[in-house]
Amino acid sequence: MSHKTHPTPPRKSATFDDYTLSEIRRAAATGIYDIRGGGTKRKVPHFDDLLFLGASMSRYPLEGYREKCSTEVVLGTRFASKPITLKIPITIAGMSFGALSGPAKEALGRGATLAGTSTTTGDGGMTEEERGHSQVLVYQYLPSRYGMNPRDMRRADAIEIVIGQGAKPGGGGMLLGQKISDRVAQMRTLPKGIDQRSASRHPDWTGPDDLEIKILELREITGWEKPIYIKLGGSRPYYDTALAVKAGADVVVLDGMQGGTAATQEVFIEHVGLPTLACIRPAVQALQDLGMHRKVQLIVSGGIRSGADVAKALALGADAVSIGTAALVALGDNDPKWEAEYQALGSTAGCYDDWHEGRDPAGITTQDPELASRLDPVLAGRRLANYLKVMALETQTIARACGKSHVHNLEPEDLVALTIEASAMAGVPLAGTGWIPGKTGP
Amino acid sequence: MPVIDLATTPLRALNQALHDAAAPGHNDTAFEVLNPRGAHAVAVGIAAPVSVDVKGSVGYYCGGMNEQARITVHGSAGPGVAENMMSGTVVIKGDASQYAGATGRGGLLVIEGNAASRCGISMKGINIVVHGNIGHMSAFMAQSGTLVVLGDAGEALGDSLYEARLFVRGAVKSLGADCIAKEMRPEHLAVLAGLLAEAGITDVKPQEFTRYGSARRLYNFDIDNADAY
Repeated sequence: MSHKTHPTPPRKSATFDDYTLSEIRRAAATGIYDIRGGGTKRKVPHFDDLLFLGASMSRYPLEGYREKCSTEVVLGTRFASKPITLKIPITIAGMSFGALSGPAKEALGRGATLAGTSTTTGDGGMTEEERGHSQVLVYQYLPSRYGMNPRDMRRADAIEIVIGQGAKPGGGGMLLGQKISDRVAQMRTLPKGIDQRSASRHPDWTGPDDLEIKILELREITGWEKPIYIKLGGSRPYYDTALAVKAGADVVVLDGMQGGTAATQEVFIEHVGLPTLACIRPAVQALQDLGMHRKVQLIVSGGIRSGADVAKALALGADAVSIGTAALVALGDNDPKWEAEYQALGSTAGCYDDWHEGRDPAGITTQDPELASRLDPVLAGRRLANYLKVMALETQTIARACGKSHVHNLEPEDLVALTIEASAMAGVPLAGTGWIPGKTGP
Repeated sequence: MPVIDLATTPLRALNQALHDAAAPGHNDTAFEVLNPRGAHAVAVGIAAPVSVDVKGSVGYYCGGMNEQARITVHGSAGPGVAENMMSGTVVIKGDASQYAGATGRGGLLVIEGNAASRCGISMKGINIVVHGNIGHMSAFMAQSGTLVVLGDAGEALGDSLYEARLFVRGAVKSLGADCIAKEMRPEHLAVLAGLLAEAGITDVKPQEFTRYGSARRLYNFDIDNADAY
């Protein structure tokens, strides 16, 4: 009777944890995999695992607020006759009208313009709201080609050929029927209310040799004026970057697995692709090996939240960063003021990710006119501009502390890592040692 | 009529001349292009009602994103001819490679020879008339517009298509997911007769064709259809 005198406490399985069990039950009950928005929610090595050393005996800091520390970035200097100049090295990532409401797209344009940076269309074409309110607008060229037309291409400031995104390298898009409103359906030439599955491959080219010819065509159509970006999901960053350069990119955009999607299978988001931190050094190495670092600009995205993240990405060799999720939060996404409504949807503020269902209490990821009207595009745009400016200031603060007169002068030597994993991925020494796993001896 | 010889003139100059035709003060309405020799991106991004006669075969993306122009290729065309065409007409006297008319949103593409695989992929309103046969996976995810084939179609015709209409006169090797033969009603015969006339085809009757379209079974996800994807 020892089991009564020494009862075994209930022991939860690390393998079959609560979330896993609930997923099995959910799949069994519904017969469909989980679809959600956002990027990976698992913990992966990230910028938090890096620290700046700052100035000391051998490095002189710049005076905060007095000595100049530039943040300007020029994109598209390789082939385009009209490169883009941005005041800050932080751009707004591509997010579709369809996934987002019209007012949300307008707010992104307004905020980006106030902060002196660019915003980007998405898988659904260019709307008048965003073109009208965006001083610099990047036009995405996606596999679906929804709404693609030469007029919008000519009035764009740059073209971004989307090969993939960090949340789902190798995956296409997904917009469930409840978000296919009349306007979205009309822009995409689709029946209203169907589940729209965007293609994962481009319809008229395969591989980097074809892409080189596709880029030639796009440049010929637009008179060689516009920078052409190639956006990649974090997958094989060294070779993908090298091939993008070979295909003729002016700018490479590299998106890690923390980068958000409007809607994709949970299994895809959590199990395919590389963390942002693991993408940057191989991509920079490819550019350096080709003698193209700073000639083909590198934009990094996926989990950028603060000026510290921006500074760390730049120090690792990026020319700029891009934000999506953080920009939506700045607009008002997942704001606790809607907590009661998040609860009613079975979620809570900070966790809401069923963006594909179109019932967003914050009125951002919806096509419901009533919900969408909750977002004031002027106020939300101002909030985004404030946030962008704070991030730029934070980036400058760190750069000055490291003695840099331009944020691009930050370098790997300014960084150390807190974990062995981050040290290996970022190629900077473990703090307090000279050790970089795989590169130097212990 | 301006004659542009690609043996001596760069591609950039050709396309710029064709783009300039849309600007006020330009009166040229007909162009001839010599020695294309398989060049890529010939006559792309035109936005004016001009005619362009290309005397020879072209490479990738000839007539890409065309608006209003009438482009005739007196030869064969490489991949992606008339991709994303908005309006106007592109005529290929020879054969066309893969992805002919991909994502086209309007206008008419006539291929007097055969077209390879993925003809009309993701088409969004373009009309395509092929005198000969078309290859596999044609009209994949086709959204809107009409594909007319006087000859045979390869495997998996119309896979995952939406509301595009397909008319095939010859044999279809196999139909793709969610594509079915449909009844030919008077309105379809009228559309087909109109397109045949527009393509200059007089010796073929609309009644000789079979109509194919979407069964619309995959429009909204159902786990029990998973094996169809």
